[in-house]
Amino acid sequence: MQAFEYAAPKTLNEAVALLGSSWGESEVLAGGTDLVSAMKDEVTTPRRVVSLKHITALRRVEFSAKTGLHLGALATIQELLDSKDVQANYPGLIQAADGIRSEQLRHMGTVGGELLQRPRCWYYRNGFGLLAEYKGKSLVPDGDNRYHAILGNSGPAYFVSPSSLAPILICLGAKVRIHGPSGSRMVEVSKLFVTPTSSGQREHDIKPNEILTEILVPHHPGVKMAVYEVRQKEALDWPLAAAAVALHMNGSGVSKSAVVLGHVAPVPWPSPDAEEALNGKSVSEDVAAAAGKAAVAKATPLSKNAYKVQLASVAVRRAVLAAAKGGA
Amino acid sequence: MPSCKYDWPEAGERGLIGKRIDRIDGPAKSSGRAKYTYDIHPAGMLYGRMLTCPYAHAKITSIETSAAEKIAGVKGIQIIQPVGTEIQWAGDEVVGVAATSEAAADDAMRAIKVEYDVLPHLVDEKDLSKVGDRAQPSAAQTAGDAETAFKDPDAVISEGSYGAQVITHCCHETHGNIADWRADGKLKTWSSTQSVSGLPGQIGDGLRLQKVEIQNSDIETECQYMGGGFGSKFSPDRWCIVAAQLSKKTGKPVRIMLERNADLEVAGARPSYFGKVRLAAKKDGTVTGWDSDTWGTGGMGPSGNPPVPYIFEGIPNQIKKHTRVNTNIGPSRAWRAPNHPQAAIMTMCALDDLADKLGMDPIEVLKKNIDYAPEHLRKAYVEELDKAMELAEWKKLWHPRGDKTSGHLKRGLGASIHTWGGRGHNSMCLVTIRPDGSVDVRLGSQDLGTGTRTVIAITLAQTLGLPIDAVKVLIGDSRYPQSGASGGSTTVGGVSASTRRGATDARDQLFAVVAPSLGVEPAQLEAVNGRIQAAGDPSKSLSWKQACAKLGVKNIEANGKNPGQCKLGDSGVGGAQIADVTVDTETGLVKINRMVAVQDCGLIIDIKTAESQVYGALIMGITYSLFEEKVMDDQTGVMLNPNMEFYKLAGIGDIGDLVIHMMTGPGYDDRGVIGLGEPPVISPGASISNAVANAIGVRVPTIPITPEKVLAALAKGGMA
Repeated sequence: MQAFEYAAPKTLNEAVALLGSSWGESEVLAGGTDLVSAMKDEVTTPRRVVSLKHITALRRVEFSAKTGLHLGALATIQELLDSKDVQANYPGLIQAADGIRSEQLRHMGTVGGELLQRPRCWYYRNGFGLLAEYKGKSLVPDGDNRYHAILGNSGPAYFVSPSSLAPILICLGAKVRIHGPSGSRMVEVSKLFVTPTSSGQREHDIKPNEILTEILVPHHPGVKMAVYEVRQKEALDWPLAAAAVALHMNGSGVSKSAVVLGHVAPVPWPSPDAEEALNGKSVSEDVAAAAGKAAVAKATPLSKNAYKVQLASVAVRRAVLAAAKGGA
Repeated sequence: MPSCKYDWPEAGERGLIGKRIDRIDGPAKSSGRAKYTYDIHPAGMLYGRMLTCPYAHAKITSIETSAAEKIAGVKGIQIIQPVGTEIQWAGDEVVGVAATSEAAADDAMRAIKVEYDVLPHLVDEKDLSKVGDRAQPSAAQTAGDAETAFKDPDAVISEGSYGAQVITHCCHETHGNIADWRADGKLKTWSSTQSVSGLPGQIGDGLRLQKVEIQNSDIETECQYMGGGFGSKFSPDRWCIVAAQLSKKTGKPVRIMLERNADLEVAGARPSYFGKVRLAAKKDGTVTGWDSDTWGTGGMGPSGNPPVPYIFEGIPNQIKKHTRVNTNIGPSRAWRAPNHPQAAIMTMCALDDLADKLGMDPIEVLKKNIDYAPEHLRKAYVEELDKAMELAEWKKLWHPRGDKTSGHLKRGLGASIHTWGGRGHNSMCLVTIRPDGSVDVRLGSQDLGTGTRTVIAITLAQTLGLPIDAVKVLIGDSRYPQSGASGGSTTVGGVSASTRRGATDARDQLFAVVAPSLGVEPAQLEAVNGRIQAAGDPSKSLSWKQACAKLGVKNIEANGKNPGQCKLGDSGVGGAQIADVTVDTETGLVKINRMVAVQDCGLIIDIKTAESQVYGALIMGITYSLFEEKVMDDQTGVMLNPNMEFYKLAGIGDIGDLVIHMMTGPGYDDRGVIGLGEPPVISPGASISNAVANAIGVRVPTIPITPEKVLAALAKGGMA
């Protein structure tokens, strides 16, 4: 790890003021479960680390039927899992958090950090940069891409978005509040994630001197939701494919749906085609299978990850069936 | 009454031996009081780091350290491999640094400039047709007349491809040590090692090779606790020699412990083994011919040549070809039961496929051919297979290949058998009884985490008729009498035998001192229940303390040695395992429902630590069967997963129900003590692979059995 300056300000404005205006100058420290490893591996080498730990207002978990769920960015995954309000109103969010199978990550990792964690692409983590460049080209297409993207992968980004929470948050129309030098702005979670097109760009719509402070999830009474992850291990493991589904019901039929895939593209991957296959239908094995098929119809697997197409399709089908069976 | 004076006690007289006894260092370990190498911080210690080569194959053209030398806190720099050296794997060490802090050492690493001529590398051996001149075929080995056996018109011929990947050792404690070259010229190391007694001599050799003069008698090594070795920690390694050189230069103790990434990249790996096997058999399942063509890599060194046909070595007609592939993946090292897991996969999977072709129960095929196994193991194998079948509910749950029930979850069972030697190594110890009644044994052995300390204590206490907490075990120090390295399942046999002999002689000396005061002959005395008493006459007795007080001011010291008089151990164990899995044919995920392990290892000193060895082996076996793999990048030559995220290890939710049965009693106990570390880790790969084939109706040729491979196998003709 390279030496760095450490600051732990008391207020959000002080924190923002301590952040640099270009990437590499500074990093924000929340739970540190990703940042510290990345610093040890010198994947990131900030000159200053700004800890948010004294800004306790960012820890709140509040719910009201009117305004929905307010998740402070510093709430831990465990606090999310323990929240009775989340358990009662957002079962899909609980399922997504439950896929994070590490006590350490659950207790130290924060919900804000979960959204802003960097990709796990092994070329990136081995020092070849976010776009895995080597001798002027990406290592991924001809390399070991077994865990890489099958959608949205026309390059130069081939990594997969690592967030477990983002797909279901997008299904529920969640937004994040981002605080910067000129105040706050709200961004839909679906817009928070971007596919970088050149080196130097990051995979989030956030500036070096901005801090994600809060996640706002609207209340959707009656919406059925579920998350299904295909993970090789029960113990801590990154999903090979995941799907989040929210079904707005009209009697036994689906009036409106949201389907978002995880771990298959550089961003959480909404599937209007899968939604189309569900809208106006009663959920059955066949309808769910059709949605799964539609979700991957446009997949473009790389040399070693065609198996993920099948896994993604199964994840969507199983998430749809689980959502239809489960409650809101 | 035992026939030889050092013999193990008869079944009715084993107060401690064979009981379920907690490890004596459990509280120290679980409370954190046990100090591992990483926990040792001698005063003034410097932090050592090693700059490594980022290329898989390269020649060093220049090394520039002057900027690093000027960094505050940097106390010493050691060129490890000079300009002109050809490096053969990424992560190989080039320059060592010692500094007053980890940060200063890291700064120095960044300031050192090394330039290389990058050379072509090979890190992928899986496709033999693409390895070019890196292939080194050995001459075919033959027995009988394989050609005729395969041409027999009545023979059933079965053919398949199988294989096992390169994996690492992944010890909980990474490799490393602290070297303290003191002003008096003596060198002390704290090393995470499987060879406490052997290390000083190897360190001396290593230093003299670097033209650093020292006598072996001036080197001491200590290792009280260690977090596993699995065959990767027999040598001092470069990190010890460099730490010693830097300590000599700086006059300070220097610590070099590998980071996890380096440990996975360079500190040892199990060679891969791939190949095709053809079997010829009669319709009743009797195998008549073996034909294998295999290859594997162990880096640039030997790849090992697994002993096939495994167990069934007596198959009459054989032809075997093996090709070693030299790769730049890093060095291989002995990995728990070297060569055997790979051999088991090649053999037991081929026999399982043959059973399917013949429409037979695969366990019937194993039994049918059992006369090809070494004679002394045949009876045990049949007993062990029967026991494993009972525990795995084989008769109820096994079905011909392909679970025909509806739905996407398919259940299957698979079996394998294995063997290992496990004869006790050379071991010497010193047993001391003092006039105050205190007792200890000293030996330069080590406890890798397996319970060695505990079995020594049990042996000593049993022999002296004392409770286990009345004896002390002093190990982990090279100043103690020399005891063998812990490898190849040799430790328990060695240390229990030397301790038994030493303790028996010490006890007999005490009997000689005490006998006159009890008015009996020494030979009439026995040591039981904390007393020295006339056999059969408890009225003539002294408490242990009273007896020892008769020593006056003199200690009793007795040396114990293995090998020695009386048969206290043996070699050659068997074991049978059955895996029970469920495969999701839509996702390719394999879940372990149950692993049954039936194992013999002669006389068991502590049933609890013995079972723990088997639990650990099964978990390690499940892990290498389903998850782990040293993933090398073809383009850059580096390891892509040198971390605990993508170097996947099983967690508690991944191992299913582990059912262990140790074979004990007549026919087993009377063989004496035999080692257990290796054998139970051999069969998981083959039994799990066979179980998956039984579930889904098609062979997944190589381990690890990942979702990707399961789906590919299903697409080729499975039953999805």
